[in-house]
Amino acid sequence: MDIKKQFKEGLVTQNPVLVQLLGMCSTMAITTVFFNGVGMGLAVLIILTCSNIVISALRKIIPDKIRIACFIVVIASFVTIVDLLLQAFVPALADSLGVFIPLIVVNCIILGRAEGFCYKNGVAASAVDGIFQGIGYTWVLIVMCLVREFLGNGTILGGLSFLNDGNGIRILPEGVGALGISLPVGGFLVLAALIAFMQWALARAEKNKTEEVAK
Amino acid sequence: MDFAGLFSIALGAILVNNFIFAQFLGICPFMGVSKKVDTALGMGLAVTFVMGLASAVCWLINEFLLVNPAIYGEGKPNLAFMQTIAFILVIASLVQFVEMFLKKNVPSLYQALGIYLPLITTNCAVLGVVLLNVQNNYNFIESVVYGITGGLGFLLAIFLFASVRERLDATMDCPKAFEGFPIALVTAGLIALAFMGFSGLKVF
Repeated sequence: MDIKKQFKEGLVTQNPVLVQLLGMCSTMAITTVFFNGVGMGLAVLIILTCSNIVISALRKIIPDKIRIACFIVVIASFVTIVDLLLQAFVPALADSLGVFIPLIVVNCIILGRAEGFCYKNGVAASAVDGIFQGIGYTWVLIVMCLVREFLGNGTILGGLSFLNDGNGIRILPEGVGALGISLPVGGFLVLAALIAFMQWALARAEKNKTEEVAK
Repeated sequence: MDFAGLFSIALGAILVNNFIFAQFLGICPFMGVSKKVDTALGMGLAVTFVMGLASAVCWLINEFLLVNPAIYGEGKPNLAFMQTIAFILVIASLVQFVEMFLKKNVPSLYQALGIYLPLITTNCAVLGVVLLNVQNNYNFIESVVYGITGGLGFLLAIFLFASVRERLDATMDCPKAFEGFPIALVTAGLIALAFMGFSGLKVF
């Protein structure tokens, strides 16, 4: 088990959204307000870690042929638990995320990690993997939210109920924002820009490495 | 029968609230299977079929097993909290069933769809349409219409996108960092912009 490597992979080099290109539906759909991004990110982080632990603990019992069905049952149970907890304790968040909370069941990140990592690795490594991959997903959501909220609406940190009644801190004057960025179009464009940035950064790091080796 | 209502549901599902461009449901297969127009059409048809079937079966299961007042009593706690688990299991077995049926009866289509067939299980448009049916309190006919037309909306979106992408890939000259996935996202974004033009459309 190599925590440092897993940390780097989850956050940057194997980032679930920007490099593995998984779980894009929720990434684009809910990232209009800061609080949504944080809430969704944490929900996925918790579900991913729990389901990673359970699936890797059961990996020797689960028959190979029906493993996908077994994974889905485990994931769906945790999603239901989180869904009910959110509805009970953070109803505002549950309302604004709506159908995307139960849809975490079919979020490819969770099934992808179950199939690609937990089915082959031990419980401790899978738990660490779940946490880091979850953080990797969360930071992308938060960046998307900050960019889209700032450009689209002219505010930051919206949706936090203790901050200006959930309206966030206004930076640009009202009516200046480019409304399109908070509409679906903006989701596609901002995510495209982020992935392009990631490809550029990774290619650059690769180039520097080979140059150093050459020296 | 309220045909105006059904028509408005259908129009909404295909154009105004298109599953891909307005609701962001089913982006993964939309991006993954849109490099060629033929496979995109096959995928769209298979998804439409599964969405229609899943809407019908899940509506029956929800109404008669999970929230049936005759079983649990009026206003008493029921099994509504099992909806997510029940629906995903229904969808997984439906997809399995469709796979076996096609393999035996239409082997040519089965060959063409290949790996994408089992992947329909994890298409969020399918689970999404079923959950939205429950959320909107649709009756049986409305659910089936919403399921099928939602699938047709997906078909329209993936067909348009694949056609654009086939031409783009042949002639494109774009910055290196944007090559591959990002430029496809930008393309999809521009089609989404065009679809926003439908948002004023309302039928009563």
